[in-house]
Amino acid sequence: MDAILFFGFSAILLSAAIGVVIARNPVHSALFLVTTMVTMSVFFLMQDAPLVAIVQIVVYASAIVVLFLFVIMLLGVDRHESLDDGRRFQRPAAAILGVLALAGLLSLTVGHWQLGGHRLSGRSISDNGDNVRPLARTLFTHFAWPFEVTAVLLVIAVVGSVVLARRSSRPAPNPDAANPLQQGSAR
Amino acid sequence: MTHLVAIVDPLMHTFAKSGFSWSFLFVVIIKVLIAFVLLLVGVMVYIWGMRKWIADMQNRIGPDNAGPHGVLQTLADGIKLFFKEQTMPDSADRVVFRIAPYLSILPAFLMFCVVPVGGTVSILGHKTFLQVAELPFGAMWILACSGVGVYGVMLAGWSSGSKYPLLGSVRASAQLLSYEAAFGLGILGALVHAGTLSTREIVNLQAWSGIGSIFRDWYWFPAIVAFVIFLIAAVAETNHPPFDLVEAEQELVGGFHTEYSGIRFAIFFLAEFMNLITMSAVATTLFLGGPNGPMLWPSRLGAHGVINVWLMPVFWFGAKVITLLFGTVWLRASLPRLRYDQLMSFGWKYLIELAILWVMVEIAIEVANVQSWNRGVAALIAVVAGAGLYGILMLCVPKPGEVVEEFR
Repeated sequence: MDAILFFGFSAILLSAAIGVVIARNPVHSALFLVTTMVTMSVFFLMQDAPLVAIVQIVVYASAIVVLFLFVIMLLGVDRHESLDDGRRFQRPAAAILGVLALAGLLSLTVGHWQLGGHRLSGRSISDNGDNVRPLARTLFTHFAWPFEVTAVLLVIAVVGSVVLARRSSRPAPNPDAANPLQQGSAR
Repeated sequence: MTHLVAIVDPLMHTFAKSGFSWSFLFVVIIKVLIAFVLLLVGVMVYIWGMRKWIADMQNRIGPDNAGPHGVLQTLADGIKLFFKEQTMPDSADRVVFRIAPYLSILPAFLMFCVVPVGGTVSILGHKTFLQVAELPFGAMWILACSGVGVYGVMLAGWSSGSKYPLLGSVRASAQLLSYEAAFGLGILGALVHAGTLSTREIVNLQAWSGIGSIFRDWYWFPAIVAFVIFLIAAVAETNHPPFDLVEAEQELVGGFHTEYSGIRFAIFFLAEFMNLITMSAVATTLFLGGPNGPMLWPSRLGAHGVINVWLMPVFWFGAKVITLLFGTVWLRASLPRLRYDQLMSFGWKYLIELAILWVMVEIAIEVANVQSWNRGVAALIAVVAGAGLYGILMLCVPKPGEVVEEFR
């Protein structure tokens, strides 16, 4: 049962991932990306991590990729990007880097886990399969400082982007020249 | 994979213990089918009821030809749309154009799956909850489904390959994204009190214990601001008036569904009304105690009789949902559509700040509860501090007229 689910969803995940790369239309790429995100959450479920699974859907499928799509649609979607970008060295470099990355991943899978994972102590799942409480407790006790620092970082990012976006829309010296469309967003 | 779904539902418990059986599969399929049919029939009756109610409010008669009091009007419209020709523009993206309607109807149904409709019943000897699926993260599931619902509208407009649908869908997805935050914070208002993500547990925590439960145990009163914010955001998320800018006819022809016809067009409307019913059901679950309510004559009919196990919970659930749905009809009849800038400034400048501050106030009260401080004093301090902060924030927000003055 586990094996069937694992290989079935792996097939979906990998074909969608390939679809992200080879689709000509950016909107199709984004749709394939959603498929990979949702399929990935099934794997989290299989790892007994229901909260991570649902957060995967809430954050990636329903927020981040929606924003991708939004930006793609705002910036004009009918432009099919040309795949020849004229820089000759990129393809061989990409091939070499790809092989290196694959080798690294394979060595990680074949060898034992060297990077975290099993080093975390404590149970992550309570008896009835609910791992919200243990996760929350860990997050707000052991990892309270990194958690808060990340929150501050995100706030800085938001404020920074607002500042950057505002600078370009300062009103022109002559009020009549100001674009009336910008009135709402300028302040 | 033993914990794939936490074994809370007694049905899953028997499944985990005694393995697969055909009657188990049958119970699961029956539950899914009944939920789906219930939603479809609900939409049919709701549309009829909405037209009748609005007609009453406007001194009209409303539909009255098809069936008694016109109750079959929606069915007739559906059959007509089913047999109509389906057109597709040449410039459309054919695959995406076809799947977009289903992308908008699927989340509406999936969201309903975690809503508890009744208590624990037994079907074919299997004890089970009267809800399609009991997930340990039900509240997050609601949030995920409402977020994924954006895709249907967005892709429908884009794939039509013409201007008005694209404008309509960009505008619609901006609206849905903007109110998503307030929606989530509204849900959080109930979760702070419940301390769990499971919809079944949230409902159980709001159990009926006399008439005082309405104010004491149901979360709408302790979390009154979150409840109101949730309702507003839910109306905006379902593109219902006064937030129906998505289909502002005079500006956008038909918005994202301009190019759709026939059954695909019908599916969009089905999804919209299904969403409305689902949102009412979610509000009932989170804030109004779900299926909890007084039993009917427990001394004579028995607390575990058929009537009090099957009928009364479903009755209370339905009554609460219908009350909320009547509210949406009332809104539709009385409020004019917002302008787009009003929609955005209301969502971003007032609603989200209020929601965040209210959640903080609630958390403060909840902490006072746990630490057994004086509850009244803590609540007073928290509310005053929250209101003060909100006032300071509002001083920073420019008034709509002010902005226009500055640039004129």
